[in-house]
Amino acid sequence: MSQPQMRKPVECGVPDHMQYLHPTLRNNYGNWKYHDRPRPGVLHHVSKSGEEVWTVRAGTQRQMDVYTIRKLCDIADKFAEGHVRFTIRSNMEFMVADEKKVAPLIAELEKNGFPVGGTGNSVSMIAHTQGWLHCDIPGTDASGVVKSLMDELHQEFTHEEMPNRVRLSTSCCEINCGGQADIAIVIQHTKPPKINHDLVANVCERPAVVARCPVAAIRPALVNGKPSLEVDEKKCICCGACFPPCPPMQINDPEHSKLAIWVGGKNSNARIKPQFMKMVAAGLPNNAPRWPEVAAVVKNILRVYKEDARPWERMADWIERIGWPRFFEKTNLPFTKYLIDDWRGARSNLNASTHIRF
Amino acid sequence: MAKKPHDTPNLDQLESGPWPSFVTGLKRLAKDKDYVVDLLGHLEHSYQTRKGYWKGGTVGVFGYGGGVIPRFTEIKDADEKPVFKDAAEFHTLRIMPPAGMHYNTDILRKFCDIWEKHGSGLIAFHGQSGDIMMQGCTTENVQKAFDEINELGFDLGGAGPAVRTSMACVGHARCEQSCYDEGKGLRTIVNSFLDDIHRPALPYKFKFKFSGCPNDCMNSIQRSDMAIIGTWRDNIQTDEALAKKWFAKHGMNELVNDVVGMCPTRAIQLKEIKDLRKGENISSVAVNDSQALEIDNKDCVRCMHCINVMTGALAPGNDRGATILVGGKRTLKIGDLMGTVVVPFMKLKTDEDYEKLLDLAKRTVDFFAENALEHERTGEMIERIGLVNFLEGIEVDVDPSMISAPRTNPYVRMDGWDEEVAKVNAKKAAA
Repeated sequence: MSQPQMRKPVECGVPDHMQYLHPTLRNNYGNWKYHDRPRPGVLHHVSKSGEEVWTVRAGTQRQMDVYTIRKLCDIADKFAEGHVRFTIRSNMEFMVADEKKVAPLIAELEKNGFPVGGTGNSVSMIAHTQGWLHCDIPGTDASGVVKSLMDELHQEFTHEEMPNRVRLSTSCCEINCGGQADIAIVIQHTKPPKINHDLVANVCERPAVVARCPVAAIRPALVNGKPSLEVDEKKCICCGACFPPCPPMQINDPEHSKLAIWVGGKNSNARIKPQFMKMVAAGLPNNAPRWPEVAAVVKNILRVYKEDARPWERMADWIERIGWPRFFEKTNLPFTKYLIDDWRGARSNLNASTHIRF
Repeated sequence: MAKKPHDTPNLDQLESGPWPSFVTGLKRLAKDKDYVVDLLGHLEHSYQTRKGYWKGGTVGVFGYGGGVIPRFTEIKDADEKPVFKDAAEFHTLRIMPPAGMHYNTDILRKFCDIWEKHGSGLIAFHGQSGDIMMQGCTTENVQKAFDEINELGFDLGGAGPAVRTSMACVGHARCEQSCYDEGKGLRTIVNSFLDDIHRPALPYKFKFKFSGCPNDCMNSIQRSDMAIIGTWRDNIQTDEALAKKWFAKHGMNELVNDVVGMCPTRAIQLKEIKDLRKGENISSVAVNDSQALEIDNKDCVRCMHCINVMTGALAPGNDRGATILVGGKRTLKIGDLMGTVVVPFMKLKTDEDYEKLLDLAKRTVDFFAENALEHERTGEMIERIGLVNFLEGIEVDVDPSMISAPRTNPYVRMDGWDEEVAKVNAKKAAA
């Protein structure tokens, strides 16, 4: 019996990036002097050698069909110099060593429907997860939410009119693959999982599921004579951690899986230290295909931030200056008891002082 | 020509508006591929019922234990047959990108040709861990697609309890704030962990991320188990021509309000040039004929703010390297954790320096592999065992830069105090 010969993988790892760099970037690797931004969507970097490079940044849909990628490659070949890179937020960057190429490149990108922007104090593209398109545990979609919101925020992507940069993320479950952001939209389940007891014994490794629960609310049980799991619904925090290792514990619910809005997350060390984002709104419906209620809250927070923050204040810097009471007052968001932390370490989120703004 | 499309009234609404539409892209693919016709039907079903319908499984390539994300449909009819049969399998190949995510059009076109032939034709640049995600492939075609991608010099990324795909910022390639060669750091480390990437056998995932300066464009402090963030030890560098150019454009109000006033440690002062202090820790630069900025670098925490505002006029120092933080992660299971300092400064210049970084990474992953519980991230392990036990495990000495404040409670057994003081003093004497 002869088995077909399988190809052994070449365990090559991460390829050398130098082979893909734009020549000006390669020539000046580690030797840059400064940059400025001639207009929104364009960066101009000057090397210590005196060489210059202009970068045009365009938004993409991230989930790209090969026709879109080839179109972008055609633009890169004809109007740029055949080299591109992607930012962490799925924007595509085109580098040119000749300033004269910038305007025609922008015109061509815009003609083909790719917005130019996302630089400096703009609202950049949303950190984007997988959602219904591909994830195995999503409470909502990602691509649709991002498309809907970026349609609404197009003007803020193509202009630099915010006090500082604004970074958004969306996440389709509470694991929050989208990560910390100035404004984050995250699924928040509001009901315990619904358990299909017929399937648990066959599908789930029960001790692993019990161990996964952050509040020890799950225990093994015999249900209808079958080994299964049960949830102490008084203890359950509806986080959905049990669902990935045990799909018969369905947490997603068309009505009761809601969306929450978090603000003030930041990774940069600039000014105040990196910050976790804080929940400020919840209970928003998972209203596909356009999620208008979510867009309304996000746009309102952005409007207040834009009016009230000082230059260079990120969302977190701004809130630190004005204080949380005024944040809720200015945004007209209801402050409810659910926004007071009671998880471990919660006391550090309480006001242990008489520092109060009146 | 592909089969007749399904009605997609929800998805159709995502074709209007100024932002590029993934639905329009999928519909273009669906003209030629029954696979994508059924994918659109599958996604529309999710939009109508507001639920996801993919489940995992086991699909891989020969020789590797991970890197493919298997997806099988759960939308079945009464006979347990897939309703959208042509999209019943929709696996993703995670491909590790070059550091900084640089490409030429030639390699992108080759990816497109491979994925048009073997997959759905849908590619995401990039996933949240940094992978090029080739989305949508049948079980049968996974190996064929991988073989061709692998021949181009690209390799599968991590999935499951493994070292994961990594990311580096644009850094050295196009950023004046870059404090080490991020791409070199990434390749030195990641390409030394290929066995742990391709054959998942750790307690849980382990991520490295590489940011060239404290602006941390890779979000490494909260998105990675080990964050390598560029920084410098010596004085901020200044350039008078660029400082004066900045001042001429922005003026005194912006200088005071946006630069001096926003320094988190009040390390910058505005002074008359004649009053400037001299000293080995002082940086100063004139902004006009009579006034200058003075920075006391001993007070500076390298936050980057003033450098961000006055790029080129102010710049990171010359004695460059990285601060290394360990333990960042998101919510599950104990709540969010930022990475915390494990090495305040590691010089990153020579090959030997990068080897030291690799050595630290190996000690850290080894300790994690031996001591973490199943499904426990590094940050959670440190929370459980305490930072000091972790540091002893990876053979790193304690340092006051690792804390925001010393302990605020007396609940600790301290009968080893004298011995520790003796060790610290001996070390000081030897230095």
